[in-house]
Amino acid sequence: MSYVPHTKRQEQEMLKVIGLKSKEELFRDIKPELRAKSFDLPEGLSEFEVLGRIKNLAAKNQAELINFIGAGFYDHFIPAAVDALVSRPEFYTAYTPYQPECSQGWLQAIYEYQTVICRLTGMEAANASMYDGGTALFEAVMMAIRVTGKNKIIIDSGLNMIYRTMMYTYTSNLNIEFVETKVVHGRSCREEIFKYLDDKTAAVIIQNPNFFGAVDDYSDIVEKAHSLGALVIMSVYPVSLGILKTPGEMDADIVTGEGQSLGIPLSFGGPYLGFLATRKKLVRKLPGRIVGATTDEDNKRGFVLTLQAREQHIRREKATSNICSNESLCALRALVHLCLLGKKGLINLAKLNYNKAEYAKALLDKVKGVEVKRSSPTFNEFTVHLSKNADEVVSIMYKKGFACGFPLGRFYRDMDNYLLISITEKRTKGEIEKLVKALEEVLCD
Amino acid sequence: MRLIFEKSIPDRRGVKLPMDDVPKAKSLRGKYLRKESALLPEVSELDVVRHFTNLSKMNFSVDTNFYPLGSCTMKYNPKFCEKAAAVDNFSNLHPLWPQLLKDDYLAQGALEVLYETEKQLCAITGMAAFTMQPMAGAHGELTGAMLMAAYHKTKGGRRKYIIIPDSSHGTNPASAALAGYEVIVISTDSDGCMDLGEFKKHLNKDVAGVMLTCPNTLGIFNPRIKEISDAAHEVGALMYYDGANLNAILGKCRPGDIGFDIVHLNLHKTFGTPHGGGGPGAGPVGVTEDLVKFLPISVVAKDDRGKFYLEYNKPKSIGYIAPFYGNFGVILKTYAYILLLGKEGLTEASDAAVLAANYIRVSLKNDYDLPYDKICMHECVFSASKQKEQSGIMALDIAKYLIDNGVHPPTVYFPLIIKEALMIEPTESESKETIDSFIELMKKIAKLAKENPQELKNAPGNMPVKRLDETKAARELNLIWNP
Repeated sequence: MSYVPHTKRQEQEMLKVIGLKSKEELFRDIKPELRAKSFDLPEGLSEFEVLGRIKNLAAKNQAELINFIGAGFYDHFIPAAVDALVSRPEFYTAYTPYQPECSQGWLQAIYEYQTVICRLTGMEAANASMYDGGTALFEAVMMAIRVTGKNKIIIDSGLNMIYRTMMYTYTSNLNIEFVETKVVHGRSCREEIFKYLDDKTAAVIIQNPNFFGAVDDYSDIVEKAHSLGALVIMSVYPVSLGILKTPGEMDADIVTGEGQSLGIPLSFGGPYLGFLATRKKLVRKLPGRIVGATTDEDNKRGFVLTLQAREQHIRREKATSNICSNESLCALRALVHLCLLGKKGLINLAKLNYNKAEYAKALLDKVKGVEVKRSSPTFNEFTVHLSKNADEVVSIMYKKGFACGFPLGRFYRDMDNYLLISITEKRTKGEIEKLVKALEEVLCD
Repeated sequence: MRLIFEKSIPDRRGVKLPMDDVPKAKSLRGKYLRKESALLPEVSELDVVRHFTNLSKMNFSVDTNFYPLGSCTMKYNPKFCEKAAAVDNFSNLHPLWPQLLKDDYLAQGALEVLYETEKQLCAITGMAAFTMQPMAGAHGELTGAMLMAAYHKTKGGRRKYIIIPDSSHGTNPASAALAGYEVIVISTDSDGCMDLGEFKKHLNKDVAGVMLTCPNTLGIFNPRIKEISDAAHEVGALMYYDGANLNAILGKCRPGDIGFDIVHLNLHKTFGTPHGGGGPGAGPVGVTEDLVKFLPISVVAKDDRGKFYLEYNKPKSIGYIAPFYGNFGVILKTYAYILLLGKEGLTEASDAAVLAANYIRVSLKNDYDLPYDKICMHECVFSASKQKEQSGIMALDIAKYLIDNGVHPPTVYFPLIIKEALMIEPTESESKETIDSFIELMKKIAKLAKENPQELKNAPGNMPVKRLDETKAARELNLIWNP
């Protein structure tokens, strides 16, 4: 069925006003030779029938495994109020707030979102959000190139492989030089970064914690980059910023990240939330929608989309980006989630993640055949070396009901025996102990 | 309304965290830790719920207001699709599930949804295959422009230009530029279509592709579209279909049948997934057989046993454009929407959308300038030039008066080629009564513009704020709250 409300009689009334006899005449510009050769779809179904089909498909997903996989996308707890508020149709059936007077709710929410992103990252300005962490990072690179007028980008290979491959795809038709620097024992290789950093460098990209889970203080790299006129782009995991040193404190210039961990369901890869924040002095080079506060005729505070002269609908091919939309509803999830957590809640959440991961590390360390990589501190994710092939271990653990971690051999040629394990606040002490016991059995076998 | 930060009370809490059931670990060293905590608001759950509920009431939305925002297809979003997308074991599914086991792909149900939705979109557009990965229309355009680049590379070298008509969405030239192309802009002829003579003059072997919206942003279906695609193909250029306006032609015409090689669809427009205040949307890209090998990695495929798997071995692919499989949550709603409406329902939707737009076009053409007075598709574009000349009333004033009367304004000042443009897209879901009262309101505005323009200039007066100072917003940038 369709959601068309017109009765046959009303259709005739409307056609009469138009001066036509049939609806078909409305389509006379679509000449016979331009007509659809087929339109091979089934008849419409009822809600009940479609729901049955979708539930059947859902049952085939094996989603009930106990999850220890993160790799940039994390299984965090989402309070009910987040779902309830983003389910308000006044939010989800509105569109981009082009007309500010009838969109103050959305505009204020985005202004508040920009504020929490800055407070989280220690930055001074943020945009209204991007599609995901990877596209936000690509936009950050383009921004760094615009700011510096240079085209060399140094990528620390602790950056999520997914984001690196996305970056190479997006830039394949542009004149940008990339250098990848290695990670040694989980830690960024300063020597290599400093070797490649020169006055042609637009930016260095660093991820904290990096893909292997390692936490670091990158102030030294930022200082060196700045001394040569390069910017530093940091990709961060927002939950970790409850306790970890912020990109702002390290003096980074542009911060991006995946906001999924802030109240957004894993949802098989999307929709997610890319955030992008920067220094005040670079704000006019930001891509994407931006909301600013202003006043109305009565001097009352209100909010509008601002700096629109940067954008595609005005600048067309000279715009700072081609992006038109943002991920408002996901940004709203992140905002509501952070408001519910509050100042202390976020710290406690980060500590809880850290504590549980440290507990898991301590137990795993005692398992014969497991070596926890300890050369760098970690937040809630860490790398272990196994005495057996990680793929095989993962398959056996699957039969025991666990998604026990991400086998790093999938992304790295020489890491077939390594597993990346993530522990969020959702994993109980009991589940961690069960994981350890099951791994012990598999490895002793 | 006060900001959530202004409602903060020290030590108030909004959520209880899971139990800390493990021994306390030794803290990280100081140099790794933040010195000052993030100053998030300290509020209760009710504080948060009331704040955002009240904020939501300060928006117009499809569920509360007529929203004829041209080119955005603000149709009604069936509640069922929301319910379908919230089904357990989809929303909590980790995207790396299919990569967990080496020889067996978990998440079969989710992969089947992607596979089947792709098949649905192929049937609707006449394309050979789709990538479901692009996360918005503009993201689809960029993907499409990169597909053109990959195609021409294998056909003997890079081409320099993409041809785009001046009626296009701003995202078209911006996406082309981001893929490394220069843009040739073609003007619009007196029929509201891309000027064919000028087009042919600029067409040569340096042109990689032609990006068209069809029907275009004036709501006009170009009857000579085949001539354009034939001419483009003659010089080896590809035809790109911006699917923003597909809602007009479902079941009537398929881009694949009229010579388009690459197509992006806006699932949030045509397929009834909500616009979310600006996103998330989804912009899947479909291609002809010749271009399938260039589609982004990964590709969902089905083996002989009927099992779904992900194909990563695609040497000609442009690469990775999304972290995983696109905005799955949005795709799932589209899947449900298409199943629900079926063949007849989708065709009926286009019929009704076009009927409503023409009804408005004819009903208002004596009151407002209609630069292209002919049958339109799903939207019609008026101009407030007459009003501006007569009494200084601009499209913006009309928009603000509509707001005061509970109607979301049409798209104003777009397309750029029409002065004082008012682009109206009623969609199929609005009733005749709603449309009639809109027509009446627009007639009243035309009258006011003659008789009492100040009343229009004073609008809006019924909203939480009056007209806002946008110049001040851009000059005295205030993008985050500082107490």
